[in-house]
Amino acid sequence: MMKSKADEEDYWNSSKFKAFTFDDEDDEFTKKQEVEPQLPHRVFPASCFLFPAGISWSVRETASSLREQSFPKIDTTPSLPKNSSGYSLSSLFKGKEGEREMMDCAAVSLEKFRSLQEKLLLLDEAVGVHDGNVITAVLIYLKKSLSKEVLFRELESRQTALRHFIHYLTESKEQRLLLELYRALGRTEDEALLQYKEHLRITDENKRRDFLKSCVSLPFSPEDAGHVQDHYTLLERQIIIEATDRQAETGGKVEIFQKFPRRASILNMPLITTLYYCCFYHYAETEGTYSSPANIRQTFRIAEKQYFVTALAARAKLKAWHDVDALFTSRNWLGFTRKKSPLSFSRVADILSKNNAPVQVLQEYVGLVDDVELRVALAQKYKCHFIVISTYRDLKDRQLLLGYRGKVERGSEEERKIDELLSNPQIRWKN
Amino acid sequence: MAHSARRDSPELPDFSVLKRLARDQLIYLLEQLPGKKDLFIEADLMSPLDRIANVSTLKQHEVDKLYKVEYKPVVSTSDQLCFLIRPRIQTVKWVCDVVNADKAAGKFKRYKIIFTPQKFYACETVLEEQGIFGDVSTDEWAFYLLPLDEDIINLELPEFFRDNFLEGDQRWVRTGGSALHLFHSIYGPFSKVYGIGRCSKMVYESWREQVKEGEQKARQAEVGTVFLIDRDVDFVTPLCSQVVYEGLVDDIFRIKCGCVEFGPDVTSSDKSIKVMLNSQDKVFNEIRNEHFSNVFGFLSQKARNLQTAYDKRRGMDIKQMKTFVSEELKGLKQEHRLLSLHIGASESMMKKKTKQDFQELLKTEHSLLEGFEIRECISFIEEHINRQVSYLKLCPLSLYFFTGLLPKDYRSLKAQYLQSYGVDHLLTFANLKQLGLLVEQQPGETLTVMESKMGKLVNDKTAGKLTDAFSSLAKKSNFRALSRRLSLVPKSDEEYDLRVPRDMAYIFSGAYIPLSCKLIEQVLERDGWTGLEEVTRLLNGHEFAVTADLRPQSDAQRIILVMFLGGCTFSEISALRFLGRERGYKFIVLTTAITNSARLIEAMLDNHV
Repeated sequence: MMKSKADEEDYWNSSKFKAFTFDDEDDEFTKKQEVEPQLPHRVFPASCFLFPAGISWSVRETASSLREQSFPKIDTTPSLPKNSSGYSLSSLFKGKEGEREMMDCAAVSLEKFRSLQEKLLLLDEAVGVHDGNVITAVLIYLKKSLSKEVLFRELESRQTALRHFIHYLTESKEQRLLLELYRALGRTEDEALLQYKEHLRITDENKRRDFLKSCVSLPFSPEDAGHVQDHYTLLERQIIIEATDRQAETGGKVEIFQKFPRRASILNMPLITTLYYCCFYHYAETEGTYSSPANIRQTFRIAEKQYFVTALAARAKLKAWHDVDALFTSRNWLGFTRKKSPLSFSRVADILSKNNAPVQVLQEYVGLVDDVELRVALAQKYKCHFIVISTYRDLKDRQLLLGYRGKVERGSEEERKIDELLSNPQIRWKN
Repeated sequence: MAHSARRDSPELPDFSVLKRLARDQLIYLLEQLPGKKDLFIEADLMSPLDRIANVSTLKQHEVDKLYKVEYKPVVSTSDQLCFLIRPRIQTVKWVCDVVNADKAAGKFKRYKIIFTPQKFYACETVLEEQGIFGDVSTDEWAFYLLPLDEDIINLELPEFFRDNFLEGDQRWVRTGGSALHLFHSIYGPFSKVYGIGRCSKMVYESWREQVKEGEQKARQAEVGTVFLIDRDVDFVTPLCSQVVYEGLVDDIFRIKCGCVEFGPDVTSSDKSIKVMLNSQDKVFNEIRNEHFSNVFGFLSQKARNLQTAYDKRRGMDIKQMKTFVSEELKGLKQEHRLLSLHIGASESMMKKKTKQDFQELLKTEHSLLEGFEIRECISFIEEHINRQVSYLKLCPLSLYFFTGLLPKDYRSLKAQYLQSYGVDHLLTFANLKQLGLLVEQQPGETLTVMESKMGKLVNDKTAGKLTDAFSSLAKKSNFRALSRRLSLVPKSDEEYDLRVPRDMAYIFSGAYIPLSCKLIEQVLERDGWTGLEEVTRLLNGHEFAVTADLRPQSDAQRIILVMFLGGCTFSEISALRFLGRERGYKFIVLTTAITNSARLIEAMLDNHV
């Protein structure tokens, strides 16, 4: 049942062009279920599509000539317009019925269909049998034998066929034709997105940047146009930052790059990753530089909360606690300072603790948690004893404070503080 | 913990013949290219192939060397090359490159492409365009049905989902029909077929056509009832985080073709181990359908029992010891090994999942399903986006409910999403929209927050009117309406004992009954769609129920084949197993692929070349 890591797919993954053998051990499930099959090899033809040579077409019989059917037909496409001519696909192949016994399906060359009417009929019939393979086969023939203008025009009113055609062009990577199709159909947003997608193929960052610049004027929705503009601006900046920082790193003169070597290039990273990077390496820069966090925040209209989370994570990672402190400190007009945060202080404490912040730093923020229960829970979790103690004092809960005395270290400052409070006659304990 | 089957539960048919059939067909095809040959296998066919044939089987049929298709030039000295591939244009183009490179180098070889499960005309066009049509012989290996377990059969066609539902390409419809036809030929004849969804209808038609074309021998039916369902009938269920053991293992470790790889954190060694997960694994079989919170207790009880069994050795005489060693020890050791693996897996998952984040994630999902506290959900999602939590872990369910948001909230979340994960995800958003997972609201439309607040304040009728007033909600709140009509979300004020599940909601901690499975339950109960008119209207119709003029056999009637077009989750399979035990049915799941929230979202990604 179990196979060690070394075999099979891992072997495949590691072997380059070399042949391999995986072990012959059969799994138990397979072994157990082996029985003699009662069926010959090819009882069930996978498909009646044999296409023996060249382009061929298969015809299915009409219901009249069939054996008794035990299950009823259900209407699969109520919306499909039925052709009014009474001119059915099978009637084009009169005299073929006899071959039915020999082959599962008769094969006929598609080249017989020359008039537009016949071609469209063929397409509609193909759509009617719900076999995507057949629909695509007909579309490939129509693509070869009709002008683009005519084909596009006819596809517009045939949604199912149109989607098959779009998928076929996508898979065979016929970008140009697909763009033309979108344009002809007036599907400007699809056209814009498809063109924008091309940037993924461009590996050279300067070429990619220039390409993205050209994408800005594509017919996106106003909202998406803004996002694409941001994409261009971001890459433009990343290129500048990357060049400068790579130089600084190799120059060996900038301390932060020596202490924390960069793990990867910043090129093509998302905006928030870039912001984090800049908060990490370029925090103190003035707003004038491309790499300053403040500049990035402003240029890309980064939400306050998002900015705080990212800056906090970056500065905490560097254990730059005074930066963390400054981030949340605001001064009112009288010059008094107070702590303010767009994200909850419990979340701040969470991020700090994940970055191994010392208790002195943590307790500052845990103490600011409004909800008393949550505050005590967090204080206990992060071992901010003084917060627990002062909260119990504020609650005037002598019992809880007594209980907590057992949890702090003997002879510690915390213990002394508790004793001092317990013996304070001015506190009116509630219990 | 292991639920005893109802006495009258019918026996499942034996699916091993399917493997044998596929293997024999492959051998037959290999023999069509006599002599020594090198075989190139498409990467995602490797595991399915491994389930039915091994290297020595292939060697017996003159396969010399095996290679994985890697889209690189090949180094092979054989003068016969055989390619076993999926019918994909990209792969065929690569084969053309190989052939043309040989031609240019003046090498003359014989080539054969075996497409599985079938070939597509577009692939042959590539051969024609590249000037090698005729130089390469092509064939089809009709390997449709891979039994993964005694009640799961997989088509292993993950691309079915994207091709059909996103691209609108019906190339797999006939494949679905052929798969059903093959099943029907061996285990039918069916006497009843129910279904819902556009693709289901077309697959039914394709199957019916194929039945008409072929011979059908009169036979005793083993499976009499079929239920076909499109994945887009229910997107909510596969987007939920899974909490039943097998589903959770799939979410965390990714089960591939019935096999999972447990890393060093599970095996507590420096090695990874591949384990087959199916009913043959006695330990796994007992916990696979259990809510994760029960699993640990069960495993430790099991460990204690095992210890007792081992302890029997003490005080044995030589003869008893001999019997013990020859008869019991091997089984115990096997169980011991499996037990420690699943305990290791549970511990590892526990570490990941008992984190506060996961609890919050589940809470958010439950709120989204109930439609309450949407504001909190938005800020939860926002916070996760801000922290760049992997978008696959970021409550994919929320994507669906982005739809019910105020345009302002939607725009803001989308902008933050693009900032955190890259503007390339514009393509993902376009795909989600195309798929219908995301419906962008027009300005002036209402919000779910408002609805949920109002819903609490006023009675249902008034809330209904309010909802109507804001026409947009009709579209996206279909889920809420469906949920109310089918009681998918049990009342939250009642205690839900997960050890004694009372309904299928247990697979989501008692918070939600999967829509897909609920539909199946209802239709089976009513023997059709009568009384579910409002439900089918909300699901955009395409339901059907047809009966053959056969005399139904009662046992076969109660063995129900459920065919999921576009994939199903392990949680849904667990829910169906539960339903089967409750009602005396046996369900067989036939799916185009096993899916989960991450795979569903991955199928929508386009931000790569």
